[in-house]
Amino acid sequence: MHLAAPERAAFCLPFSRLRCNLSLFFDETPPTRFLMNPLFRFIAELQDVSLLLWRSVVSLRHGPRYFAETLRQMDMIGVGSLPIVLLTGFFTGGVLVLQTYPTLEYYSIQNESGRSVATSLIRELGPVLSALMVSGRIGSAISAELGSMVVSQQIEAMRALGTDPIRKLVVPRIAALILMLPLLTVAADIFGLIGGGIVANYIYSQDVQVFVESVRNGISTKDIIGGMIKPIFFGLIIGVVACHKGLSTRGGTVGVGRSVTNSVVTASIWVIIFDFFLAKALQYLLDIGRL
Amino acid sequence: MLADDGKRALPLSDEIEFSDMEEAIDAPERVAPVIEFRDVCLAFDEKVILDGISFSVRRGETKIILGRSGGGKSTIIRLILGLIKPDAGRILIDGEDITDYDEPELMQVRQKIGMVFQEGALFDSLPVYENVAYRLREQGVEEDEVEAEVRRMLRFVALEDAIDKMPSELSGGMRRRVGIARALVGDPEIVLFDEPTAGLDPPTARTICELAIKLRDLHDVSSIFVTHEMNNLRYLSSEYAVIDENGEVMFEKEGERLCMINTEIMMLRDGKVGFEGKDEELMRSEDPYIRTFVHGK
Ligand SMILES: Nc1ncnc2c1ncn2[C@@H]1O[C@H](COP(=O)(O)OP(=O)(O)O)[C@@H](O)[C@H]1O
Ligand SMILES: [Mg+2]
Repeated sequence: MHLAAPERAAFCLPFSRLRCNLSLFFDETPPTRFLMNPLFRFIAELQDVSLLLWRSVVSLRHGPRYFAETLRQMDMIGVGSLPIVLLTGFFTGGVLVLQTYPTLEYYSIQNESGRSVATSLIRELGPVLSALMVSGRIGSAISAELGSMVVSQQIEAMRALGTDPIRKLVVPRIAALILMLPLLTVAADIFGLIGGGIVANYIYSQDVQVFVESVRNGISTKDIIGGMIKPIFFGLIIGVVACHKGLSTRGGTVGVGRSVTNSVVTASIWVIIFDFFLAKALQYLLDIGRL
Repeated sequence: MLADDGKRALPLSDEIEFSDMEEAIDAPERVAPVIEFRDVCLAFDEKVILDGISFSVRRGETKIILGRSGGGKSTIIRLILGLIKPDAGRILIDGEDITDYDEPELMQVRQKIGMVFQEGALFDSLPVYENVAYRLREQGVEEDEVEAEVRRMLRFVALEDAIDKMPSELSGGMRRRVGIARALVGDPEIVLFDEPTAGLDPPTARTICELAIKLRDLHDVSSIFVTHEMNNLRYLSSEYAVIDENGEVMFEKEGERLCMINTEIMMLRDGKVGFEGKDEELMRSEDPYIRTFVHGK
């Protein structure tokens, strides 16, 4: 009565999620009470997301690739997100100096204020805040677009016309996110340092030369490499989660709204959780974060 | 090919002898079904949608599928395209068993099939031209060839002046017709219509039925036409298209002399085939379920 489990899973994903998930764990379609169980739902979703990622990677090997579409997405994601990411970076750098300067001054190490901003921005706040902003702006747009394509049957039309939606829609978006998010992060870092410098100079009357010097002393090449590796993973997380939520949209326009919310919330949480483990891994691999 | 000169036309004009016609219909390549379902079952979770459906569509034939909404009509169409897989049973397209095909193999099969979706399912982000050209673009066809083909198709659905519009600027009927043009690019031998007239005014619905009749009678296309409007059923099962001496397409009613055999009706009922046959049999049926469907009471 039922297809062999892996076959069904690989085929159905992500177009009819309820039909395929958990089929790796059960011979039969799982009873509804399992689907209601949050733990099983979580595992099922993880399985779906991994399969989507796997199929995206496999589709890179051969067959048509959509470079024009990837470029268009890079423009939308990269250039389009630049203003909000720059603003975020600028004011975050500014507020960091604003809040830490008095403390540093109390210990008479206010000359190191540049160092403290640089480390926290480049290692943590730059990558994480850029990822959160991009997840809000781009993750939501992707899941809304794909979700409305699902409910208006455009995805089915695409498959009926002989195009694999994973190649045409998912791969360009994930690729664009992976390529653009590190660049956006660098831009956010630079604007954060500028913001910090302006606050130090105008509010706390610190000499610009002193600030720049302490920034220089504060960051190492390893910090910069670490700060570039994180956004690659964050881009991947945002892209895969948004595409998966979009493509598994059910239930008309209401479902699209639900997918968008889910996509932003899920991607943001995963970014923050992953950030911790990535930080730990980078500490270990690059030997950074220890004085 | 699907040009308006009707090269692939079925011999339906008055001069044709009946013996000729039978010969044409009984030719071996015409007898083998183009679409065949063998005992197909499908359930979503615990809900059984299709429960042992078997039917076949011959070359040049139109199968009208009736059934209440949620009865699995669109599901049958998705199965034919291989968009979903059956739980049991076999599906054959052109004699090929596609049940176990993977996506790349199915892509080949889908080249032969044109699909008209319930609401048109046009790509919102692309203008009409690109929507219709979509399949050719994916195949990497040359630009001037693409343009000629797109114009020919839009002329077929009488929408050539909408070529640069975006789908959001079109009315419901125009969207549906662009959907038909997109489905017909590449001259598919099978065309699937999923409630193409739902929510349209009667004249527009009539136009769409005429397109389906033209495809059936002048271009030898096999098709499945899902509907639950009795008007559509009456047009499709009692009228045929011929080319008159001026080269114009004419629609004539079947009469005493000619009884149409290239249109059949299938009614779905609780996941099974509830009725299969000609329109006359359907109209005469005494079954209360069929009567409520056909006569509304
Ligand atoms: N992917 C799916 N997952 C679960 N149920 C589905 C899915 N697709 C369709 N269904 C259900 O199958 C039934 C038949 O749907 P459909 O074939 O679209 O009916 P219709 O005859 O109106 O076209 C409906 O009740 C619908 O809820
Ligand atoms: Mg339907």
